[in-house]
Amino acid sequence: MASPGPAQHLRTYGQIAWLWIRAAWQYPTSFVLLAVGNGLITGLDFVGLWIMFSHLSRLDGFTLHEVALLYGSASLALAVADTAIGSVERIGTYIRTGRLDQMMTKPVPLLVQVCADQFTLRRLGRLTQAAVVFGWACTYVDWTPLRVLVAVSMLVSGALVFFGLFVGFSCIQFWTTDATEFANAFTYGGATVTQYPLSIFPREVMVGLTFVIPVAFVNWYPCLYLLGRSDPFGTPDAFQFASPVAGILTMAAALLVWRTGVRHYTSTGS
Amino acid sequence: MTADHTSGPLIDVRDLERTFDVRRRVEGRRRRTREQVVAVHDLTFSVDGGEMVGYIGPNGAGKSTTIKMLTGILVPTGGEVRVRGLDPSRQRVELARRIGVVFGQRSTLWWDLPLRDSFDLLQKMYRISPARYRENLDRFVDLLDLGAQLDTPVRQLSLGQRMRGDITAALLHDPEVIYLDEPTIGLDVVSKGRLREFLRALNRERGTTLLLTTHDLQDIEALCDRVIVIDHGTSVYDGTLAGLHAQGGSTRTLVVDLVDEAPPIDVPGAEVRKVEGPRQWLSFPSDASAAPIVAAVAASYAVADLSIQEPDIEDVIRDLYSRGA
Repeated sequence: MASPGPAQHLRTYGQIAWLWIRAAWQYPTSFVLLAVGNGLITGLDFVGLWIMFSHLSRLDGFTLHEVALLYGSASLALAVADTAIGSVERIGTYIRTGRLDQMMTKPVPLLVQVCADQFTLRRLGRLTQAAVVFGWACTYVDWTPLRVLVAVSMLVSGALVFFGLFVGFSCIQFWTTDATEFANAFTYGGATVTQYPLSIFPREVMVGLTFVIPVAFVNWYPCLYLLGRSDPFGTPDAFQFASPVAGILTMAAALLVWRTGVRHYTSTGS
Repeated sequence: MTADHTSGPLIDVRDLERTFDVRRRVEGRRRRTREQVVAVHDLTFSVDGGEMVGYIGPNGAGKSTTIKMLTGILVPTGGEVRVRGLDPSRQRVELARRIGVVFGQRSTLWWDLPLRDSFDLLQKMYRISPARYRENLDRFVDLLDLGAQLDTPVRQLSLGQRMRGDITAALLHDPEVIYLDEPTIGLDVVSKGRLREFLRALNRERGTTLLLTTHDLQDIEALCDRVIVIDHGTSVYDGTLAGLHAQGGSTRTLVVDLVDEAPPIDVPGAEVRKVEGPRQWLSFPSDASAAPIVAAVAASYAVADLSIQEPDIEDVIRDLYSRGA
């Protein structure tokens, strides 16, 4: 029998996720309330930006709809990543309760199981909210075929960068459990930073967000291209097309850390 | 390529070793010191297909650590493990399809889902064909009497029902070998009996290999032809259960309730251990028959009641270990 490839894993992931959605749907009211609540809370993020712009017409030279494009694209990428693999954060709990041991005896790669376990669509709210903001901001973009391509690759690569950050930082829990807050500082923290034009930050922060926690590739560089702006820091134009590279590298690094973490895993006494 | 491995033993463990780094706080020192704890060392054994093996030893002897290395959960720090020719920690996902694992203290089922949904999830994970899945599910549900519980969320099941659910979950994909870690812990006598009967039938009809860790000597007596005793991380006995009793010098106890108080009973082949009013405890070798001793006692004394206590596996192992040390 041929060993199953990525397509097979994706299918298994889908089947597991679907069973969880079906199970959640047995309580439709609570499902809808969670999704709407999640949408409202994340919606407040953008309301905050909106209020800020009612006091100033530009933020470091960026108009409201330009900031909305930055916000919408990053938020969309985060929402996709969070929905697809958000439960990887719970790995510390899985280790403590022995659930991880159980998962390791199943013929599905551990990462696929961890990500699909207790799959929930309650982040649907964030996803919808981000899509609406992004869609609105897109109506202000002067579209060309290449810009469409960059926009699509931006969303996919952005999700990949967040996948990588979620997975990579969750791995800390293989060495020390209860590191969720520390990991959140980089994942959700990185996401918050991308809601603003990065030019408001000092150069050192910018460099860190490009080469260390590469969230600048989630939206900042490709959005500069979509908006026809030159980089205020004078970074090479090539960066504006480099998001897929950043996405793949982040993901690859995360998978490497994951593998190391799993081999280092020492289980709990039973 | 799997055909190459069918000739050798199913489970092959050689000089297996696993150590853990433990940090310990030492009195009077600010820093915690690092210490290496040896959980398993110099462990060698092999199991053929179709065997039923009891893997026993006191708490902390290394039983669970061994099972975790056999299933690929833990990476050994030394030696070699092969299960069906596969290296568990490196080929864990591939191996998982061929094995079933039941950790008695921890459920593999999903707490909030009905039992049926848990089984459906497993069908997807193991990619069991719908026909085979239906057949196995019907059979195990019938044999283990789970029909009425299929639509109950797992958290509402009793311990015995949950355990039967876990065993079904471990068998749906027709594993060649099943590891059971304390499968009867906390079950009542009737449930234990039914579970043992079920496991015997599974081994007889499907040739499923069984590796069982337990504290319950009766599990071993009912199921296992062979016993491996592990203590302090290494094997101290590997053979039949009868041989273990002989080697451990274990004794059974005859409890005699006399009609009246009497001096210690003197009969050949038995020795009085304790006297308490009219009740006396006589010990005799496990491999000796109780019949002549009972007859001798009954012939010379007025007996109100008699009972026989089986040796405790923990005592047997303790004996065995203290002799070896």
